[in-house]
Amino acid sequence: MSNHISADTPSNYLTHKTGLLSWLTTTDHKRIGLLYLYTITIFFLTAAVLGLLMRIEKFAPGETIMTAQTYNAMFTIHGIIMIFVIVIPGLSAVFGNFFLPIMIGAKDVAFPRLNLFTWYIYITGASIALFSQFAYGHSPDAGWTFYVPYSAQSHSNMVLALMGAFVLGFASILTGLNFLVTMHRMRAPGMTWFKMPLFPWSLYATAWVQLLATPIIGITLLMVVAERVLKIGFFDPTLGGDPVLYQHLFWIYSHPAVYVMILPAMGVVTEIFPTFAQKPVFGYGAIAISSLAIALIGYFVWGHHMFVAGIGYNSRVFFSLLTFLVAIPSAIKVFNWLGTLYGGSIDLKPPLLYALGFISLFIIGGFSGLTQGALAANVHITDTDFVVAHFHYIVFGGMGFGFFAAIHYWYPKIWGKMYNFRWAYIGFGFIYVGFHTLYFPMFILGLMGMPRRYFDYLPRFQPLQEVSTIGAFILITGIIIMISNLVYHYYKGAVAPANPWHGVTLEWKIPSPPPHENFDEVPVITHPPYYFEKPFVDEGM
Amino acid sequence: MESTKLNEYTDRDTGKLGMWLFLFTELFLFGGLFLVYAVMRTKYAHDFHLGALELNAFIGTANTVVLLVSSMTVAMSLTAIQTNNPSKAFGLILITVFLAIIFLINKYFEWGHKIELKLYPGSDVMRSLPHGEIMFFGLYFIMTGLHALHVIVGAVLLIIVMFNLKSGSITQEHYLLQENAALYWHLVDLIWIFLFPLLYLVT
Repeated sequence: MSNHISADTPSNYLTHKTGLLSWLTTTDHKRIGLLYLYTITIFFLTAAVLGLLMRIEKFAPGETIMTAQTYNAMFTIHGIIMIFVIVIPGLSAVFGNFFLPIMIGAKDVAFPRLNLFTWYIYITGASIALFSQFAYGHSPDAGWTFYVPYSAQSHSNMVLALMGAFVLGFASILTGLNFLVTMHRMRAPGMTWFKMPLFPWSLYATAWVQLLATPIIGITLLMVVAERVLKIGFFDPTLGGDPVLYQHLFWIYSHPAVYVMILPAMGVVTEIFPTFAQKPVFGYGAIAISSLAIALIGYFVWGHHMFVAGIGYNSRVFFSLLTFLVAIPSAIKVFNWLGTLYGGSIDLKPPLLYALGFISLFIIGGFSGLTQGALAANVHITDTDFVVAHFHYIVFGGMGFGFFAAIHYWYPKIWGKMYNFRWAYIGFGFIYVGFHTLYFPMFILGLMGMPRRYFDYLPRFQPLQEVSTIGAFILITGIIIMISNLVYHYYKGAVAPANPWHGVTLEWKIPSPPPHENFDEVPVITHPPYYFEKPFVDEGM
Repeated sequence: MESTKLNEYTDRDTGKLGMWLFLFTELFLFGGLFLVYAVMRTKYAHDFHLGALELNAFIGTANTVVLLVSSMTVAMSLTAIQTNNPSKAFGLILITVFLAIIFLINKYFEWGHKIELKLYPGSDVMRSLPHGEIMFFGLYFIMTGLHALHVIVGAVLLIIVMFNLKSGSITQEHYLLQENAALYWHLVDLIWIFLFPLLYLVT
C-alpha cells in the first residue's frame, strides 16, 4: 500500500505549503508545535547524554572519566537544559500549541504571529544557555539553581547561562499569555468553560502560573547578573545584602514552575483515560477545579526548599503545612483517574501504558515529596540523593511519561501514520525498568547519607551507584527504541484512520493529519466533553 | 459594542486582553524589585532615610510632573482618534514622545551627577558607605534604570504609532495599536508613581 500523497488526498497542514522557509515563517499553531517538538527532542537527547556521562563518572568512586570541575559543569548544564528548555515549556509548547485550538474548536491561537515569535525567543534563549559551554571562560558550575554567593563569584560564563534562562522565561510568559487569551476568547459556540476538555483546563491553570510567576525569576536572574557585573550587593552580606533573600526570590518562581511542568502532563493522562476506558472522566468538575487549586496553593509552598536555610520556626511550620495541603488536589486527580478506568472497556494500547506508568511514578515521586515536607525528616534528607530521586520521579516520571504518553496518543492525528505497537511496548519496558533501576537506588543512597551534586563518594555507596548507572543504560536504550519506532513509522508507517482510539474530543472528529484551518465549519458544541454515545468494545482479538 | 475584527483570528477585545495580561507580567517584574526594596527598607530604615536625602527631589518631582502630563496627552490622543482626528492624535503623541525625551534627559543629568560623585554600585565611595545606603543606592540605580529602559521601549512604541497614523493604518475604526501603546505608556507612568515616593520622599 503506497504511502505517498496522491492527487486525491485532501490537502492538510503538512502539504499546505512545503519547504524549509514555509516552516520557519509559519503562523500555523500545528507547525509551530512541531517546530518545538523537533528542537526539544534534540535538546532532550543532548541533556540525556550529559546525564549518562554523569552516571558513567559515578560508576566508581574517585575520578573516573572527568574531573570534579567538569562534573559540576555537567550537572549545571544538564539541569538548565532539562528544566528551562525541556520540562517547563515542553508539553504546553508542543501539544498545547498543536491541540489547544483544535480541542476548543478554534482555527488557531489568539496571536499566531506572536506564537511564531515566541518560538524564536525560545531558540535564542536555549542557544545563549548552550553557548555558555563554548564561550571563552569556564562552563557555569553553580547548578541550575544559581545559588549565591557562588553564582555571583564563580569564574565562569555564568552571565550567559543566566541570560539564557532569562530569555527562555519570556517564551514561557508569552506562551501562557497566548493560551489564556485563546481560551477566554476563542472557544467554539456552545463550549462553555465546563464543556471544555480537561487538557485545555490544565493548560489554563498552567498558563496563569507561567504568566504571573515567571517575571519573578526574570528579575531575580537579572539581579544575579547585576551582582556579578555591577557588584550591586543585594545578596552580598559584606555590602548589606542577604543570600537567603536570593533563595526566597528564586523559589517563589521555581516552585510554581514545577506545577507548570506537571499540570499539562496530568491533563494529557486525563484525556487518555476516558478514551481507553470508553467512558466519561470520573469527576470532571473536581479535576478542573483541582488544577486551579494546585496552581494557587503551589504559590505558597516555596519555603519547603529552604527548611535548613535558616528561616524561622513559624515559617517552616507554615510551609510544611501548605506542602501537605497541595498534595490533596493531586490525590483527588489520582482517585478520579482510577475512577475513570473502573468499569470501563479497557484497551491497553501504548498511550494507556504510558499513562499508567505516569501514575505509578507520580505516586512514588509525590510520596517522597511528602516525606521531605515533614520538617524533622527534611533535616536528614535535604541535599542528599533522596531529593534527586524525588524530583526525577516526579518530573521525569511525571512530565516525561506524560510527554511520552502524549506523543503515542496523538501521533496518528499529527502525522496520519501509525507506529508499531510491539516495538512501543518493548521501548516502554526498557524505559520503565531502566527508570526504576536508575532512580530508586538514589532514595536509599540518600537515606544512607550520600550527598547530591557530589562527584565522589565513600566505598559503601558504590554498589548502589553501580546499579543506578546500569539503569541509566537500560533507560537510554528504551528511549532510543521508542524514538526510532516513532521516526521509522513517520516514513514507513501504515496510514492511520482519523480516530484510531475511538476518542470523542474534537481532535478526533477531524481528518488525520488535520487540514490547514482545522475545521471546515466552526463546530457547535452541544454535548459535554466526554460524551460516549456508543462506547467501542473490541469484540475480536 | 461589536468588537472590530482585526484579522481572521483576533478582534479588538482579544487584543486588549492580551495587552492587559502582558502589563500584569511587567508589574510582577518590577514587583520582584519592590519586594527587595521592602525587605531592605525594613532592615535599614534609617540608612534609607539618609540615602534619600542625597537624591535630587526637585528633578524627581519634575520628572513626575512630566510623566503625568505625558499620560494626559496620550489619553487625549485616544480621544482624538476616536473622534476621527488622526492629525490631532499624531500631534498629541508627538508631545508625549517629546516629554519622554525630557524625562530621559533629566535622568541623564541625575545619574551623571551621582556618577561624578563616584556614587555608583561597585565604586570605592559606595563601598565606604554604611550597608543600608549601599542597598538604597543599588535599588535606586536598578529600579530607575529598569524603568528608564521601559520609558525608551514605550517611546519607541509611540513613534511606531505615529508612523501608523501618518500612513493611515490607524483610523477611527482600527486604533488598537494606539490603544495598546497608550496602555503601555500608562504602565510606565504608574511604575514611576510608585518609585518616586519610595526613593525620593522617604526623607
